Amino acid sequence: MRIMVAMSGGVDSSVVAGLLAEQGHDVIGATLQLYDHGAAVQKKGACCAGQDIHDARDVADRLGIPHYVLDRESRFRDAVIGDFADSYARGETPIPCVRCNQTVKFQDLVALARDLGCDALATGHYARRVEGPGGPELHRAADPARDQSYFLFATTREQLGFARFPLGDMPDKAAVRREAARLGLAVAEKADSQDICFVPTGRYHDLVAKLRPEAAQAGEIVDTAGRVLGQHQGMARYTVGQARGLGLPGDAGLRVAALDAGRRRIVVAPAASIPVAEVPVAEVNWLMDPPAAPFRAEAKFRAREVPQPVTAEWDAASGRLLVRPDTPVISAPGQGCVLYDGDRVLCGGFIRATRAPVVDAEAPAA
Amino acid sequence: MNLYLDANATEPLRPEARAAAIAAMDLPGNPSSVHADGRAARRVLEEARARVAARFGAQARDVVFTSGGTEANAMAIAALGRGRRVLVGATEHPAVMRAAGDATAIPVLGDGRLDLGALDSALASGGPALLCLMVANNETGVIHPVAEAAAICWRHGALLHLDGVQAAGRMVLDFPALGAETMAISGHKLGAPKGAGALLLRPGLDLAPLLAGGGQERGRRGGTEALPAIAGLGAAAAAADPAAAARLAFLRDAIEAGLGLPVAGAGAPRLPNTSCVALPGASAETQVIALDLAGMRVSAGAACSSGKVARSPVLEAMGLEELAGEAIRISLPWNAPEDTAARFLAAHAEMRARLARQG
Repeated sequence: MRIMVAMSGGVDSSVVAGLLAEQGHDVIGATLQLYDHGAAVQKKGACCAGQDIHDARDVADRLGIPHYVLDRESRFRDAVIGDFADSYARGETPIPCVRCNQTVKFQDLVALARDLGCDALATGHYARRVEGPGGPELHRAADPARDQSYFLFATTREQLGFARFPLGDMPDKAAVRREAARLGLAVAEKADSQDICFVPTGRYHDLVAKLRPEAAQAGEIVDTAGRVLGQHQGMARYTVGQARGLGLPGDAGLRVAALDAGRRRIVVAPAASIPVAEVPVAEVNWLMDPPAAPFRAEAKFRAREVPQPVTAEWDAASGRLLVRPDTPVISAPGQGCVLYDGDRVLCGGFIRATRAPVVDAEAPAA
Repeated sequence: MNLYLDANATEPLRPEARAAAIAAMDLPGNPSSVHADGRAARRVLEEARARVAARFGAQARDVVFTSGGTEANAMAIAALGRGRRVLVGATEHPAVMRAAGDATAIPVLGDGRLDLGALDSALASGGPALLCLMVANNETGVIHPVAEAAAICWRHGALLHLDGVQAAGRMVLDFPALGAETMAISGHKLGAPKGAGALLLRPGLDLAPLLAGGGQERGRRGGTEALPAIAGLGAAAAAADPAAAARLAFLRDAIEAGLGLPVAGAGAPRLPNTSCVALPGASAETQVIALDLAGMRVSAGAACSSGKVARSPVLEAMGLEELAGEAIRISLPWNAPEDTAARFLAAHAEMRARLARQG
């Protein structure tokens, strides 16, 4: 079968290409050029292509498969980087990897693969695609430490039908590296990628400041009654539940409870009061037929978190999913909420703001 | 069955060039050495120079060998541009654009040819100038009105440098008749091995070197000459007869007629081997990949070291923004087989049918 492999230049997708080629498939390597690497590392005159693109090309060459570099800079800028900054400007904590999977990878690459007569698109994600009675299902990877199913929640059922995740059954990363070495791939020992790819410096705040200056401006830190407790240096530095960087005198056990973008305020509250009993979720992607009645599931409210038991209720009319954890959780608007039944992903969406930011206190009496 | 249709990127090696390059590789001497082996190498070098000169009607002593077209363009622009305002055609190759720095771009008309009126106005004020103009465009094959541009330059006392890289071997180029100071050519675009080019100089013109080195090339280009590539260039120049290239126009016309699609610069005189053709609604990137998978080697837009397919600035300069992302370049090599059109049209039709099915 003719399969397109999304090759990032890392060890995972390289092994995917190698394994599929070894199995005798007609493999086509595709590497997305998503941003100007030279500009991202702020090195004048550096090539727009990062080392990863060269690595992907070397791997494809070694495997003897055709390989193409796809210029998706403008698409990525609009769909992912722009959304990232906008999300911060709305007082959210964005999750750009989901947006990238949702747009550049599983919309655009699937379309290209179909145009090229491919039967499937394979990626190096750690997740499993299982043929169920009702069609393909998305499951957690065999290796819980590597599982990336959370980041794939926005993959539609149709896209899932076309997708392949050959690493989903790998017991661990070491096994993947052994495969890479066995296949003679130079990337076998390459370090894992870290952080958000388009901010290699890790300074998100600087990028947000450039794209959405208003989100980077200083503002007030207030408590839930609206009393001003201090100043912050830009909303993009904060997320719900955060204790660091508030600079409050004595640090009275206060944490970020909400980000009030409209007034550029960080709302703080005692740590114990941050968890919420109800999380509204929008832009929900269903990987099963949505149940009409409230149902039990386990949910992750951020990427690095153990799923916890919840009751969820789908309101088809408003397109909202209301998730009620058995025990209140810290949830940050903009992050994903993904519902599981055991290993299976049932659905996922983006968390919306929960609480009314602040009771607008009357001007505090002097 | 693969079909190489990317001659404007590089021409397949001509057998005459291959033989000459291999023979030169076996020569032990350095052309600058005094002894017999040096003289033997020198003889090969000078023979190549004479053949290049003969192809373009130049004097052998006015041919300076370089590492390729990029260096030949850079050398001319660095030397002639000193103390002058540099103007470039809007569709010049990056080799010229980047050597010219922040030059003034003279627009092209919708058919891709230089806007002579705009050139005239640009030269009317502003002091001594240098115009850098390609004889024929790499993406569209459109041939610029070089003689007219030269006359305008002459009237305003401006100098003219020509980039003859794509035109060389594909149309008659009589350098002295073109009225330019200098013209750059590239060996591998003539069917020679990669790694050599030449800058032709107007008789009597002497240029400062980019690389002084040991004073080779009469002090105009330092560094031991790349003899195998240069010998290949000489042989390719002799073999690249524009009269033979004319046969490619029949193949090209058959392809364009068979496709029935918009062709960039269709109304202008063009090189016989080049067709820049758009498939509306299909990205150039998808077309290049789909055709490659079908064995058809075409290209699109500007090449980048990353290998990505970028939008074509040439088509944008022609006001064809909507086609810029949808056009591919078919450039027929000197040895294109006679059934080229039929085979390409079959592959193209198959691609088109699949794209239509996917909607």
